Amino acid sequence: MFDLLLKIALLGVSLSMIGFLYRLIKGPSVPDRVVALDAMGINLIAIVALASIVMDTSAYLEAILLLGILSFIGTVAFAKFLEKGEIIENDRDR
Amino acid sequence: MKQNDLILQTVTKVAAFVILLFAVAIFLGGHYSPGGGFVGGLMTSAAIVLLLLAYDIKTVTKILPIDYKLMIGLGLFISSLTVAGGLVFGVPLMTHVYRYIDLPILGHISLHTAVLFDLGVYLVVVGVTMTIIQTIGESE
Repeated sequence: MFDLLLKIALLGVSLSMIGFLYRLIKGPSVPDRVVALDAMGINLIAIVALASIVMDTSAYLEAILLLGILSFIGTVAFAKFLEKGEIIENDRDR
Repeated sequence: MKQNDLILQTVTKVAAFVILLFAVAIFLGGHYSPGGGFVGGLMTSAAIVLLLLAYDIKTVTKILPIDYKLMIGLGLFISSLTVAGGLVFGVPLMTHVYRYIDLPILGHISLHTAVLFDLGVYLVVVGVTMTIIQTIGESE
């Protein structure tokens, strides 16, 4: 019963992943694509968490936190590139 | 034009310490759980990259006055010293030893020389990543 629930949840997350993939490919502007990528990262965290429950292991808990950090840093880097044109500034008081 | 990055800078001040703590945790836990020197080094450099994103190269070198090229050399030195330690005791290279030691607060733990080798890997990974990112970021 619980296994069936987990599989239904995985199916739902996968369907939403397909929706984000549509927005990533179709998105008319670049910020649309960046937001879609960020949400895909969060969805991937959910998939890893559900998969670790299905496989009955706690070995993937580090990967969850890692994906969260990497998705945050990637989104911040994309946002800064879109706003300022450069990701790492040499000297900001110029 | 100067822009105000107050939200990003405030989040960075909290998040960078959490990322650094996570990096140290997966570095030290590498023997018994997934992780180790490589992932720990990459996470440490991710924290420094977050600082670089929120501030700039000049401020970050003022906060962390580290020569990352020297860090690569130090890491290689520590690793090769650990590997060559076998020569002194007449055993093959890369032979590691461990002892169970009772420490006052930490209790019954094992101290292993493999963690010294991993420390070298950690320093090299941080040094290489930060050298690449800073060299690309500095060029106009």
